[in-house]
Amino acid sequence: MSDTNPYDANPTGTFFNRVQTFEVGTFPNTETVHFPKSCLHCEEPPCVPVCPTGASYKREADGIVLVDYDKCIGCKYCSWACPYGAREFDQQLKVMKKCTLCVDRIYDQTLPESERKPACVLACPTNARLFGDVYDPDSEVSRLIRENGGYQLMPEWGTNPANHYLPRRKTHLKIHEDELLRTDNPLKKEGLLPEPPKEQQTLDDIYMSW
Amino acid sequence: MLPAFSVIFLTTLIGVGQGLFLAIYTGQIYSMMKLLPAQDSQSFYALGSLLAFGFLAAGLLASFFHLGHPLRAWRSISQWRTSWLSREVIILPITMFLIALYGATHYFGWTEPLFTLAQTQPIDLSMIIGALATVATFALFICTGMIYASLKFLQEWHNPLTVINYILLGGASGFTLAAGFSAYVGADVVGFYVLWAIILTIAAFISRSASLLRNRRLKHKSNLQTAIGVRHTIIAQKAQGSMGGSFNTREFFHGKSLDKLKTVKVTFLILVFPIPMLLLLAAASGIVTVSLSLTAFVIQYLGLMAERWYFFSEGQHPQNLYYQSVA
Repeated sequence: MSDTNPYDANPTGTFFNRVQTFEVGTFPNTETVHFPKSCLHCEEPPCVPVCPTGASYKREADGIVLVDYDKCIGCKYCSWACPYGAREFDQQLKVMKKCTLCVDRIYDQTLPESERKPACVLACPTNARLFGDVYDPDSEVSRLIRENGGYQLMPEWGTNPANHYLPRRKTHLKIHEDELLRTDNPLKKEGLLPEPPKEQQTLDDIYMSW
Repeated sequence: MLPAFSVIFLTTLIGVGQGLFLAIYTGQIYSMMKLLPAQDSQSFYALGSLLAFGFLAAGLLASFFHLGHPLRAWRSISQWRTSWLSREVIILPITMFLIALYGATHYFGWTEPLFTLAQTQPIDLSMIIGALATVATFALFICTGMIYASLKFLQEWHNPLTVINYILLGGASGFTLAAGFSAYVGADVVGFYVLWAIILTIAAFISRSASLLRNRRLKHKSNLQTAIGVRHTIIAQKAQGSMGGSFNTREFFHGKSLDKLKTVKVTFLILVFPIPMLLLLAAASGIVTVSLSLTAFVIQYLGLMAERWYFFSEGQHPQNLYYQSVA
């Protein structure tokens, strides 16, 4: 599913992994939130029961929701049924397609262990995307979701997505007044002190002061 | 949502076919109970069933045009346990078969009474098959409506009124056609069908207006806060990830201006309800009955196409929250 007219007047294309940008708040108290979204591989996927041919299914073993392209009749009912808009129609093959969680990559034995992750997770330069087993309580992703309050999107519809989002983190530093002012500075000035005579004992390391 | 003409044709055509069959069978029941003059098997019941079957078949043909792989459509009966679309694909051929069987029973004259109810009401084979076909027709109305009403988060559609509207609008259009059909073949039941077409049209007006009012006051459960999980009162989208369109920007939105939407709404409200009723009343007076009643049907059908278009445009899919602006 490549792009159509990529360099022409009306480009259009497929974007199973959408990174969107939202601005939260009003200037000057704004924050830019970059929001990547692919199929959330829900535990109660609304796209699976509505498919009339059974082409849309959720795998028992790993919970990945996939489309069987040989059975799909392209009626688009599953794309109506997904509240997140994860499914798209392939105009050439006339079937529905979606993020497959790189199911061919993650089980590929010819790749080294560290590369058996979805392409989007490998591509992220800031390691914002993490891949793991949400049902394994010791996995990295489970631990992060538990400890950082990971949330699901649109929980009101009961789809129980497997993909969780970790909340934004802000680094806060509490600076106390007396940290700005050295208590052992007799002159109460942050400037250089006069060089003490060589015999005077001082707590300061004169080489630090100078 | 984006209205697809193939689905508009499908639902309106099968609605007409189902309504017409219900009208014809109702006429037969009334004439069995001696409330209406009995009609000729071949020129009325058989021909009427053939017409109903024709509309159902035309709807079925139209539906194939919204599929990417129509030749695989036979698979779509397999998920009847979970999918309303699958159930509809099963019940539609059954309904068509039963209506055809009903018509064939009349055509071949297999209408000798088999037994008698309460010593006065004769029941023949066509009555029994007609009863089964009636059950199938209502099941088909329900399945068609539930395809849309079962989507929880399309709040405009997720309501029993959706199914009720399908039944009443299909019934109204079918009875209007029955009035025109009976005028055309010279049957003396035109007044009966005009009366019930008007009653059903009024009922459909009440239920469709109820759903329009409900949708106007609807509060959507999803908003940007739940969609991206950031709990702040002011969120604005700055980028969608691409500036070109995609499936998500085309298929879930009707693409027309709000004014056009309002025009379509006013159009269907006028074409489906008052105009056909007036034409039917005029037809019942006996002057140019055939042309007036058939015109009423054509106008009501065109109005129904607009109503179905509006029904699809009304549905606001929550995925549109992710595609608000390109900035």
